[in-house]
Amino acid sequence: MKILVTVKRVIDYNVKVRVKSDNTNVDLANVKMALNPFCEIAVEEAVRLKEAGTASEVVVVSVGPKACQEQIRTALALGADRGIQIETEDMPESLNVAKLLAKVVAEEQPDLVVMGKQAIDSDNNQTGQMLAALTDMPQGTFAYKVNVEGENVAVTREVDGGLQTVALKLPAIVTTDLRLNEPRYAALPNIMKAKRKPLAVKTPEELGVALKEHTKLLKVTPPAERSGGIKVSSVDELVEKLKNEAKVL
Amino acid sequence: MTEYVHPYRDAEFLLSEIVDFDGLCVSASLEDINTELASVVLNEAGKLGSEVLSPLNVVGDTKGAKLEEHGVAETEGFSDAYQQFIENGWGGLTADEEFGGQNLPNVLGTAVDEIWHSANMAFALCPMLTKGAIEALTHHGSDELKTQYLEKLVTGEWTGTMNLTEPDAGSDLAAIKSKAIPEGNHYLITGQKIFITWGDHQMTDNVVHLVLARLPDAPAGVKGISLFIVPKFKLDDQGNPAELNDVSCVSLEHKLGIHGSPTCVMSFGDNGGAEGYLVGEAHKGLPYMFTMMNHARQTVGLQGLSISERSYQQTVEYAKDRLQGTRKDGSRIPIIEFPDVRRMLMQMKASTEAMRAFAYVAAAEIDHANNASDPSKAAQHHARLELYTPIVKGWLTELAQEVTYLGIQVHGGMGYVEETGVAQHYRDARILTIYEGTTGIQALDLAGRKTLLNKGEHLANLLDEMELVANELNDQDSLKDLSVALKTAVATGRAARAWLLENAETDKTAAGSVAYHFLMLFGFLCGGWTMAKSASKAKALLEKGEGDAEFLNAKIITAQFYCEHLLPRVHSSFETIKAGSTSIMALNTEQF
Repeated sequence: MKILVTVKRVIDYNVKVRVKSDNTNVDLANVKMALNPFCEIAVEEAVRLKEAGTASEVVVVSVGPKACQEQIRTALALGADRGIQIETEDMPESLNVAKLLAKVVAEEQPDLVVMGKQAIDSDNNQTGQMLAALTDMPQGTFAYKVNVEGENVAVTREVDGGLQTVALKLPAIVTTDLRLNEPRYAALPNIMKAKRKPLAVKTPEELGVALKEHTKLLKVTPPAERSGGIKVSSVDELVEKLKNEAKVL
Repeated sequence: MTEYVHPYRDAEFLLSEIVDFDGLCVSASLEDINTELASVVLNEAGKLGSEVLSPLNVVGDTKGAKLEEHGVAETEGFSDAYQQFIENGWGGLTADEEFGGQNLPNVLGTAVDEIWHSANMAFALCPMLTKGAIEALTHHGSDELKTQYLEKLVTGEWTGTMNLTEPDAGSDLAAIKSKAIPEGNHYLITGQKIFITWGDHQMTDNVVHLVLARLPDAPAGVKGISLFIVPKFKLDDQGNPAELNDVSCVSLEHKLGIHGSPTCVMSFGDNGGAEGYLVGEAHKGLPYMFTMMNHARQTVGLQGLSISERSYQQTVEYAKDRLQGTRKDGSRIPIIEFPDVRRMLMQMKASTEAMRAFAYVAAAEIDHANNASDPSKAAQHHARLELYTPIVKGWLTELAQEVTYLGIQVHGGMGYVEETGVAQHYRDARILTIYEGTTGIQALDLAGRKTLLNKGEHLANLLDEMELVANELNDQDSLKDLSVALKTAVATGRAARAWLLENAETDKTAAGSVAYHFLMLFGFLCGGWTMAKSASKAKALLEKGEGDAEFLNAKIITAQFYCEHLLPRVHSSFETIKAGSTSIMALNTEQF
């Protein structure tokens, strides 16, 4: 069984995000970048399936400028077998990414595609769903548990109010939620081996995809600064403030 | 309390700009190894350090190791962390590939070790001691001993210890009394060793002790000491730990700091003798120890950097959060805005960055000495390395006292109470100027063996190199002040060298009397040299429009602060040196 895992290069979750002074976007200049945590969980799940003997190959794919090869290498160090980078100038929007991935799926013919449910930079939570629509594959999103059984995969999903288990016919798409697994730390010998694992570079032209602008980013502003709290002297004053100032009662 | 975050920007800057890591790898014929890979390695080590080791630092302090019926019980959580550490292969970073290591350069090993010691110094001492045992066996062990022990030590499956000190043999190892009596294919070791770091624990199936002891026919003094391997569990025919050897931890020291690191009194041969195996040749124990000394002493110097960085991070965070005083508009002022707090934070920052720059330069010198293409080059690098080592050990660990002291000072009363955690770094740092040769020993080494013995030649070469950097700086407009400061300090360094060479001949107590100040003088000078170099590189990058401008600007300002606040200590040290031994040696013992 072949697994395709998608990974995205995003701002490191430890970094305090700053907005560019002209409010056009988040300032990414010289900011520490990392593998999107949800993608890390996707890699971990695929590697575990390989270690369990369920999968035979784990291919990792990323879309973006050359720098995203770092994240592909990280995934290779965590146990993926080979990498594909689709070279683009900037980070394309979700639908473009999904279209590019659909072409990779057509070429690679994976039995299972494992993706992060969303990236922590734009929090869109849509590429997996779009890819499912474009490839006409069944999707199991927000995975809490993944169980491959023969031709099917059972995906336990985190839904409002509890868990829901769906059975999908392979090939299928799974997007990972936070509690699916706890990703491992890369081991030093595997970091060294990752350097020698194959990494192919492709362009959107080679894949026959014309990138189109479907959405426009108008403005990015930082959240309003929190003002300090105050102490109230009585319950009555609290109720009064909740009613008249906060207007929540 | 804050968790540790690896200062990756400074590490990457130093690797690429100051030690030319790529060039170093090429000259060592290490294909595929470069700064890019180093960044990945540091990043992954940083994650393990921050997320796994760092949270256990305070646990080790408050719930230190305990001696129980079956030996030492390490701090709860350490064992799991250790398993993760070795499963990820970190112990074998610089070890030979033949025995399961990764054969990476020493300077990268040093950069990674900084992370472990910052995250949790008490914990990191365990793999650090193992590394010492690996080195001893790699260089001096027979093939048989290597086969039996080396791979297990490299993988970290077993840990190593160094058993040198005895109750009457501390800095003076010539006084060692432990005995080794030949019996069949092994030796029976008896004696007591003290201050044995991680001498016992339950994290691994075996502990491999390297022990200094005397053979029955040994000459007196330093030339009669041999090195032995004594495993906690003797190995069976398959090489697996089997029967318990006649060695045990009989007591743990109650210490000021590093509570997570068990400091053991080890007793060998309570029931007749512990089985031991000779490493290398008889009576060569001390020379063998000396081959490991450069690395071991530099690593303790590095701990000075690590603990300073940890204290600095915590202190900056506090200074940004702590509100004292009110502005006219009624808003409260974080103490980081007060100039005197700034002074302390800048001193911590400048000290830490200077330590790191110099530690990397010295660590890279070990690589240069190992990889030199011809014997004369190798000898040059080796001489330089020998010069650096006492400065790294002595100066970095002394400076760490000041940095961790300032960490508490910025916290004020909140730093003196244990809850904030910043006092732990101060307590933990205190051992660093003592173990692996006190500051006094380092100072004597620098003044005596490393300076007087070669008539100051090696020091003169280093001073010439520093002068070159000062001249280069003079060509960079905005760095002229740094150039002047460094130049003046180098001139004072030359004067101190000349003073020592001249006065050591006429006054037998001169070298010993001024050695500490001599060491500190050259420490602050080496810091000034590497900081000035850093400023120059930072400026060049800024002019090319490369790198992180905010980081590079800060680097230049920090170098400026160093030259204004710390480098002048070179001159005050020299003032004291010039006073020589007179007032130090004048009083009778009774007058004290």
